[in-house]
Amino acid sequence: MSIERSRITDAAVAIFLWVVSSAILLLVVSLLFNILWHGLPHVSWSFLVDTPQEAGRSGGIGPILVSSVLILTVCVAFAVPLGVGTAAFLTEYCKFSQRTNRGIQGSLDILSGVPSIVFGLFGNIFFCKILGLGFSILSGGLTLACMVLPVIVRTSEMSLRGVSPEIRQAIESLGLSKSGALFHILLPIAVPGITAGVILSVGRSLAEAAALIFTSGYVDRMPSSLSDSGRALAIHIYDLSMNVPGGDKNAYASAVVLIALLLAMSTLTRILVRITFQRTRIC
Amino acid sequence: MSAWEHRKVFAVVHTRSRDQWLSFLLSGAALVASSFSILIFIFLLLESWPVLRATSVGSFFFDESWHPTEGLFNLVPMIAGTILVVFGAVALATPLGICLAVFQQFYAPCAMGVFMRLTMELLAGIPSVVYGLLGIVVLVPLINQLQSPGASLLAAMLTLALMILPMVVVIVEADFQKIPRPYLLGAEALGFTRWTTIKSIIFPATSGGIFAGIILQTGRAVGETMAVMMVCGNIVQVPNSLFDPMRTLSANIALEMAYATGNHRSALFLSGLILMTFVTLLVFVAGYLQRIYRRVD
Repeated sequence: MSIERSRITDAAVAIFLWVVSSAILLLVVSLLFNILWHGLPHVSWSFLVDTPQEAGRSGGIGPILVSSVLILTVCVAFAVPLGVGTAAFLTEYCKFSQRTNRGIQGSLDILSGVPSIVFGLFGNIFFCKILGLGFSILSGGLTLACMVLPVIVRTSEMSLRGVSPEIRQAIESLGLSKSGALFHILLPIAVPGITAGVILSVGRSLAEAAALIFTSGYVDRMPSSLSDSGRALAIHIYDLSMNVPGGDKNAYASAVVLIALLLAMSTLTRILVRITFQRTRIC
Repeated sequence: MSAWEHRKVFAVVHTRSRDQWLSFLLSGAALVASSFSILIFIFLLLESWPVLRATSVGSFFFDESWHPTEGLFNLVPMIAGTILVVFGAVALATPLGICLAVFQQFYAPCAMGVFMRLTMELLAGIPSVVYGLLGIVVLVPLINQLQSPGASLLAAMLTLALMILPMVVVIVEADFQKIPRPYLLGAEALGFTRWTTIKSIIFPATSGGIFAGIILQTGRAVGETMAVMMVCGNIVQVPNSLFDPMRTLSANIALEMAYATGNHRSALFLSGLILMTFVTLLVFVAGYLQRIYRRVD
């Protein structure tokens, strides 16, 4: 009797889960198709390179792509040395001082939880005002660098810790200097993992809008230097759909471009992660 | 000392000084990296100091309205809005996310499971402005047909729920995969049905981790700005119904920062400080819970 009943319950739950999951999946897939359907017809080569006209209603996203790439470059150039350096400090130099280690980890944990709008406020006051960079690509990139720093530290730390004990023993027994071991052995082994972390953070920066509104600004002209204000792709989508009546068409097209870029990056990350795992296993 | 020995000694001294330099550089990097979270707190505090001095703490709760240029700083509508939106979104996304994860892990045919996993990963990576765009173009007109104006608490809740849903699925699924295999083998040996296994083994074993994950997601949702701002209508009021437009703390900052000066600007930094404190607390609670549950396992 009880077995009979539990079989019936099982079947009922199965049906319920099938219905709920299919419904949500259908909804989600139709939303994705909605973006593609409205956006894809407007994406063309000229859309990618042209300057926006009539506040973005027509024309393309050329300068916006350039600004986005510049912001990302600044972000990476600042965050990668800092993040990898911190990770190397945590794994190679800070082994014996638990308290320092925990302090740094705790601070990075807090940083990874900070809402992006708060990063915007901080960037506005620290980079734009106090360091005097103004509304510029430089301020925006630096703000994003603070935002992605925890991601880079964590992934670099994981790949440095993933170096097999045999290699570490070999380093010890050969009596290599710390700097030599780090630059010639540990970092080269960790490179795919670190790169995966960097691409992940580039993806997050590319998707970011709230942290950039008050740091890199709104201007949709072609930036002539890093101290110019530049509009990122995500902000362009926000502006077109919120503030520009009739901008939906180009907002959709920009969204398609943004999603395509993010998709390419996540695929690259996945490939690199696979390489890292294979390599540590072989070692 | 022969020339060769001299070179050897020189090399050792040389690498030792290089090691010291590197150690110095790396500790510098670590210092800078760990100073950012403290810097953020300090600057938010410094910038919100003027308005804290100009008015009492009570005025943020008991002033007549939010008219910062006239010295009225009632933040209650924004705080209430944030809590309502986040609560609604988490209450919607959590059960649905758990359903989806259970289905994907235990019920779906292999190909469908893989398809679901890829879709959820794709969705988790979609930027919040795109969710906002979908909200404006699809959701708001739909709600507008039910009751105008469409941009409302309900729209914000649904958009945010859709946004955190894939992350909930990913978290819950990761927890499911941590279940020790002997548990599942034991359940099979006892002849449990799938649902009995899930109910009496998998849920009890993972509930702690799932709970911690949900709290972490709540923190994310509290700070979310763009998607919510694009669909919530942005009118400063405590919403009386699901169809009323409202405004959240983060949207308030994003909307008014551009032109705010003086105490108004300072009040916006104060709302940033409130957001940050709240989110940091949630992160700590989630981390603490995760540590406890890991120890129990």
